[in-house]
Amino acid sequence: MKDAAAIVGIGQTAFAKSLEPSETRLAIDAILAALGDAGIAASEVDGFASYTLETTDEVEIARSIGAGDVTFFSQVGYGGGAGPATVGQLAMAIATGQCDVGVAWRARKRGSGPRPWTGAQQPSTPGAFTRPFGLLRPVDEIALLTRRYLHEYGATRDALSNVALAIRAHANRNPNALMHDRPLTREQYFEARWISEPLCLFDNCLETDGALACVLVSAERARDCPHPPALVHAFAQGLPAQHQTMVNYWCDDPLTGPAWTCAKKLWSRSDVQPADIRVAQLYDAFTPLVLLSLEGYGLCGRGEAAAFTEDGVLGPGGRLPVNTSGGGLSEAYVHGFNLILEGVRQMRGTSTSQVPDADSTLVTGGEGVPTSAVVLRRGP
Amino acid sequence: MNSEPLLPVFGPDAAPFFEGCRAGELRVQRCRDTGRLIFPPRPVSPWGAHAEPEWTTLSGRGTIWSFAVPHPPLLPWFSDRTPYNVIVVAVDEDPRVRLVGNLLADEGGDLNELDSATIEIGARVRVVFDPINDEITLPRWVAVREEK
Repeated sequence: MKDAAAIVGIGQTAFAKSLEPSETRLAIDAILAALGDAGIAASEVDGFASYTLETTDEVEIARSIGAGDVTFFSQVGYGGGAGPATVGQLAMAIATGQCDVGVAWRARKRGSGPRPWTGAQQPSTPGAFTRPFGLLRPVDEIALLTRRYLHEYGATRDALSNVALAIRAHANRNPNALMHDRPLTREQYFEARWISEPLCLFDNCLETDGALACVLVSAERARDCPHPPALVHAFAQGLPAQHQTMVNYWCDDPLTGPAWTCAKKLWSRSDVQPADIRVAQLYDAFTPLVLLSLEGYGLCGRGEAAAFTEDGVLGPGGRLPVNTSGGGLSEAYVHGFNLILEGVRQMRGTSTSQVPDADSTLVTGGEGVPTSAVVLRRGP
Repeated sequence: MNSEPLLPVFGPDAAPFFEGCRAGELRVQRCRDTGRLIFPPRPVSPWGAHAEPEWTTLSGRGTIWSFAVPHPPLLPWFSDRTPYNVIVVAVDEDPRVRLVGNLLADEGGDLNELDSATIEIGARVRVVFDPINDEITLPRWVAVREEK
């Protein structure tokens, strides 16, 4: 499937703490915007990929946008782990001839809707062993991994602040980012209230309403589309042995999670290697996930991510800018789908934090859950 | 205030764990073929011939592997007790078996009576049992001071 398909259209709604339209309407708006960007009629759409958490199914989307006969549709589980897999599965479907025009999307009203962790409990093996003890929210689950990470590698919260500040600096350059007008200083970071020690407010992603979508076609057809294509160069998913979603304390080595499994497959399928990556979009629901992803995808060595983040490496003009539109921490938190669109903009050369001459980029799903990643390349 | 503790919701695989807690024992599954401990519980062992696991009783001793201190917003019962701690305990019998729980200042104490600044990774702990109601007893942990 290497370079067989490309992202040729991207679209998004506004991002806000609260938007009026329904998730269905937001999804439709983003998808139609992406099709318009690609110059492709909705009637040509014959493939869909989305998240299992999506509230609007393919049937309703297809009927509303006026899709034709749809011959491929898939959903990927595990929340923030799913994003790149929606793109990768569509690319595989196009490469194998199962569909010609694929649409992937994510629409979510997480800003104005309920917090998922307040909902009723379902019988669950991990939940019975975590929730009664007050391990309630994703941030609490990741706080435990973070404390262990800092302890095992002798790192400090400075590394977490480096991630938060770098990504905020990118958001400050992006007019569409929720935090565009809100610079963040190191003093503000360290004065912020705790959410779950050792994680403070600025280690947490935003709560956002919004939707994003992208359109894929074959690399051949992509040459006829209005924008430079972002080729799907390599794709992988990762579910490691004895993994437990979000509470990955019950495997041999909890500090090497799904990113490591995914990376091994990804780089084995890719001509582009970690040393070639000059800009990356790393899933950032929480700052420590960026540290783990830097290590897991081989952008630095194990235990070296904290030192790696020093001297503004991840920020604008740094050696490896990450989440150049502001990511989940500072642009919008839509389960990481904004990272995919920003990866495409970097390949088009249209990012507000453009890395000059970047001809490839890595886009990852969430570490800590069964995950996925794609390598995008600038196409002809 | 509508403030009730959160009870575990579980199926048949996990039931023996909570029966053990009611009986004052910390029980986990063990693979019949390899002898390796299995946690969290499941219907068959992932190792060997995939036999149905047997249950074994642990010493209830371990070391703190990590900890977190949640702050609001939380569910009401927990908000009433912030800041409390959540710890992960690596059990002596196999440090890869790591149980989530709470470190108490004293057996029978509430969640928020321990100064979280005193918690250290690597500290020795032992299990205590906290009856929540007639059905459910939860394992919690206290420091073991005599050992190092």
